Amino acid sequence: MDQGRAAVAPARARWALAVVPVLFTALFFLWPLGAIAARGLSLGAIGDVLGDGYTRSVLWFTFWQAAVCSAGAVVVGVLPAYVLARYRVPGRRLLLALVTVPFMLPTVVVGSAFLALLPASMHRTVPAVLLAHVWVNLAVVVRTVGTSVAQMDPRLGDAAATLGASPWQVMRHVTLPLLRPALWASSAVVFLFCFTSFGIVRLVGGPSHPTLEVEIWRRTTQSLDLRTAAALAVVQLVIVVGMTVVWSTAQARTATATAMRTLLRPRRARTAGQRALVWITVPATTAVVLAPLAVMVERSMCTAAGRHSLDAWRAVTGVGRALGTGGTQPVVADPWATVLASLRIALVATCIALVVGTLAACAIAYARRGGRLLDAGLMLPLGTSAVTIGFGLIITYNRGWYDLRGSWVMLPIGQALVAVPFVVRVILPTMRAIQPGLREAAATLGASPWHVWREVDLPVLRRSMGAGAGFAFAISVGEFGASSFLTRVGNETAPIAIGRLIARPSLLNLAQAYALATVLAVVTLVVIVVVDRLRGERGASF
Amino acid sequence: MTPTSRTNRLLVAMLAAVPFALVACGGSSSTSASSTSSTAGAATTAAATGAAGETITMLVYDAFTEPEVLKSFTQQTGITVRIAKGGDTGTLVNKAILTAGNPEGDVLWGLDNTLLSRALDTNGLFVPYASGELASLDPAATALVPNHEVTPVDTGDVCLNYDKAWFATNKIAPPTSLDDLIKPDYKGLLVLENPATSSPGLAFLLATVAKYSPTGFTAWWASLRANGVTVVDSWDAAYYNEFTQGGGGGKHPIVVSYASSPPATVIYAADPKPTEPTTANVSASCFRQVEFAGILGGSKHVEAAQKLIDFLVSEQFQAALPESNFVYPVRTGVALPDLFERFAKPIAAPLTVSPADIAANRDQWIAAWTKAVLQ
Amino acid sequence: MLHVVDVCVSFDGRTVLDHVSLHVGGNEVVALLGPSGSGKSTLLRVVAGLQDVSSGVVRWDGTDITQEPTHRRRFGFVFQDEQLFPHRDVAANIGFGLRMAGTDRASVASRVSELLALVGLPGFGERDVTTLSGGEAKRVALARALAPKPRLMLLDEPLTGLDAALHDRLADDLRNLLRQAGLPAILVTHDPAEAARIADRVVHLGDLGSGSR
Repeated sequence: MDQGRAAVAPARARWALAVVPVLFTALFFLWPLGAIAARGLSLGAIGDVLGDGYTRSVLWFTFWQAAVCSAGAVVVGVLPAYVLARYRVPGRRLLLALVTVPFMLPTVVVGSAFLALLPASMHRTVPAVLLAHVWVNLAVVVRTVGTSVAQMDPRLGDAAATLGASPWQVMRHVTLPLLRPALWASSAVVFLFCFTSFGIVRLVGGPSHPTLEVEIWRRTTQSLDLRTAAALAVVQLVIVVGMTVVWSTAQARTATATAMRTLLRPRRARTAGQRALVWITVPATTAVVLAPLAVMVERSMCTAAGRHSLDAWRAVTGVGRALGTGGTQPVVADPWATVLASLRIALVATCIALVVGTLAACAIAYARRGGRLLDAGLMLPLGTSAVTIGFGLIITYNRGWYDLRGSWVMLPIGQALVAVPFVVRVILPTMRAIQPGLREAAATLGASPWHVWREVDLPVLRRSMGAGAGFAFAISVGEFGASSFLTRVGNETAPIAIGRLIARPSLLNLAQAYALATVLAVVTLVVIVVVDRLRGERGASF
Repeated sequence: MTPTSRTNRLLVAMLAAVPFALVACGGSSSTSASSTSSTAGAATTAAATGAAGETITMLVYDAFTEPEVLKSFTQQTGITVRIAKGGDTGTLVNKAILTAGNPEGDVLWGLDNTLLSRALDTNGLFVPYASGELASLDPAATALVPNHEVTPVDTGDVCLNYDKAWFATNKIAPPTSLDDLIKPDYKGLLVLENPATSSPGLAFLLATVAKYSPTGFTAWWASLRANGVTVVDSWDAAYYNEFTQGGGGGKHPIVVSYASSPPATVIYAADPKPTEPTTANVSASCFRQVEFAGILGGSKHVEAAQKLIDFLVSEQFQAALPESNFVYPVRTGVALPDLFERFAKPIAAPLTVSPADIAANRDQWIAAWTKAVLQ
Repeated sequence: MLHVVDVCVSFDGRTVLDHVSLHVGGNEVVALLGPSGSGKSTLLRVVAGLQDVSSGVVRWDGTDITQEPTHRRRFGFVFQDEQLFPHRDVAANIGFGLRMAGTDRASVASRVSELLALVGLPGFGERDVTTLSGGEAKRVALARALAPKPRLMLLDEPLTGLDAALHDRLADDLRNLLRQAGLPAILVTHDPAEAARIADRVVHLGDLGSGSR
């Protein structure tokens, strides 16, 4: 391994890779965070926060619900991940994209749709929060683990079968152990995502189950108590750092270099057992993913009590007659413009996250000790309250030429901060799995470190980068937390428009909100399918 | 050429293109932003005064809908107004406090009486301005800011709304007072918002403080809790998911919402529109919210901002507020739209608490409420 | 006694095996020769149950096992690129089949050391499989396949990619091991010399098809 590293990258080149991610994190995360801490933080405040029984109970709830939700998402997601990566299934690509949809929908829509599905007795309960979190985060597991499955040689399973291992034993003794790095990676991301969950917790969990994130948001924006908010933010940060270190250690330990070689195409389900697996898993996954989305579509047509019509769709798409609002201007004048704004911003955020995340993953994989540190550093924004980052950015980029407040670039930058850790998590296992021999071989053939990276690493990373890009895009499109803090002019995104539509009590507005969310979902679906298609040669991509 | 190397090249090109994409997107979006706001201003040269051609930025909360008549301000003065959205009211105000002296915009719209004292305590947050129109505004509202740091621009009432059909069907008289809510007839019928996380939730808590005194309100809440009450975290969760008229299959026929909610159910209804709202207010339950606009300290366009404040309280602009933002004009004598006139008149004697009391006791009241209702 | 009768396999409309029949008796070692891409490996996979047939039958001692899943056939398989489990050390790789069969730990350990000695790698048990040389990996793969005492050995180009001296030494070792174990085996190779060196009988895949081809 060490030799491989040397062949590829002299120390200087390795550090060069890290420059961009380090600068990005320092400029857009550490600096703003420091600025906020400087405004409100004191040791006394941290002591007060930790001494307070209420805060401690919030902390405990936040922690355990995130742990349960992370475990739940892995358990529910591993089978679809495996089946969709391994077997040729009609509509496989569409289903992969579909799984990502809950992840990118504005939480207010997801929450409402989910509530509509659950019996009233489950509203505002912890199980409801857990279910909603697992549902939303299924994409993380399916895409992260799926990427690893696609890279795993199925002949290892064949070898086990010739040694007398039943399909179940193959799963237990070969497949799962080899997927462990990806399972760790996805569980870490899901944990952080649930740990810092905001919208879903408020909507589905109600007021009796606030998470730390809700508490920070409340202190910052509702009671304007920066002292407590900053202390809570520090507590949250410490936990996130701790968890990140635990996870990245576990992940590095379980990575096996030779497990992943060539990327294999999904094959046809061969035996009756495999066919049964496919024919149970695929419809079940489809049903689970579609049910809340179906509710969303149904609601978009529910424009008056007990009546269905396409009025909301006419208003949103501008097709057919304009909506008569009795002389009142419509709440959202140009819904398409908001969808386009969302897409444009998401595209930029994706580009930023992909560049920063890929460079970071490479730097982490090459580096020895510094890598762990960089990895943890990049994970921090994911575990930091959106409200903290948003406020930090506003009081940092506030003068002269770097007065970026009100500039549209703040939005993709803020979203990329959250998306980068996803990109890193997805790419890192692949990066670690590249056989050093390949890099050495390339170096002996006269390839410069840059060429080694381009010719050896990049082709293998391509697939993971695609998965990362899908994530970054989905995160950005549905992101509401950070974006609602960063003042914008003329760039109202679809989630903000949805928020404005449902701020006016009327079934028609609600239907329009759902219709707009559906448009957003479909457009994103198309983008993800197209990206998936561009990325891989026929059928092989994940 | 293999497909693999082609895709690689594509990817490398994509990575290389990022800086350009940034520039390209920046270029296009900034043009679109300025073109939307300057369409009206472009034709204007006539009435231009010293401020002609200036562009000022008004910071608003996300829910703000820009009335069409704002364009005539640009026609009259040559000043272009850019609307910048940035979060809910609390976020907006706290951002302004954090950036005091070096603001994100020139005028802030949406500071309300629950946050007023805290904002005014921040030195230099606003540049005081006494508009010549003040005499025409609601004296109860202007009295809240004797030093004119900010100017009241609208009022709104947070009230209990009820589902008229539900009460008719179940042959129960709709509630008429806060006292009714703790009677057995209304057991479990109410859904409301957490005052810690929701602006109408806080307003309703303040209504009970006003009605039952700062020492007695928790007893009322304890009785309410005993009588069954559902608390959710936000207005949309209460209205859409729990209220019987919200469309989400809710089971509660009484909800804490706004006095202007009933007309909204008609205005935004699908055709054929109902002739009257499906919901109604309980007028004895209403808490008065007053919203203010102010010129932010550090603005380089104070003169233009003053003109905008004058315009915001002008008859023309005030008349447009009910149907664009579902709030009431603060200017006296402005005619209300017909639906508001018939179904959502502003409450004559709303419950109020002074901004200073709210600032001093808010956290403590919320803590007491949380203890009485949630724990 | 293995009988492959009239087997056809096609991928995406391309016929790979066209009415192929093969018979392997007693403890006979049969070498299957043919140019690359001729379907030798596919035939081996059919025998192992790793590949479904479009038509035809595979019989063992007269019983039709065409539908029998791989793990119940008890046919050992040595893959061309070994397919050692990267997350297991050498001993765990060799003991894998025994553990799948539920053999107790002590018996697994003794059988593993027995096999390590047999393939000439005593003391290699705790080595990480990723650190093995090419020849060592082949020996481990062979030991792993032999460990659960299979009824038939299937070897897919097991000696490809070794230098000449090592190749010849391993070829002799392989022949002796198969003789010692008294196992029938099918050896797929493209090297006639290797086939002659190891096998009792050499067949060309081209000769196995139906009369017309």
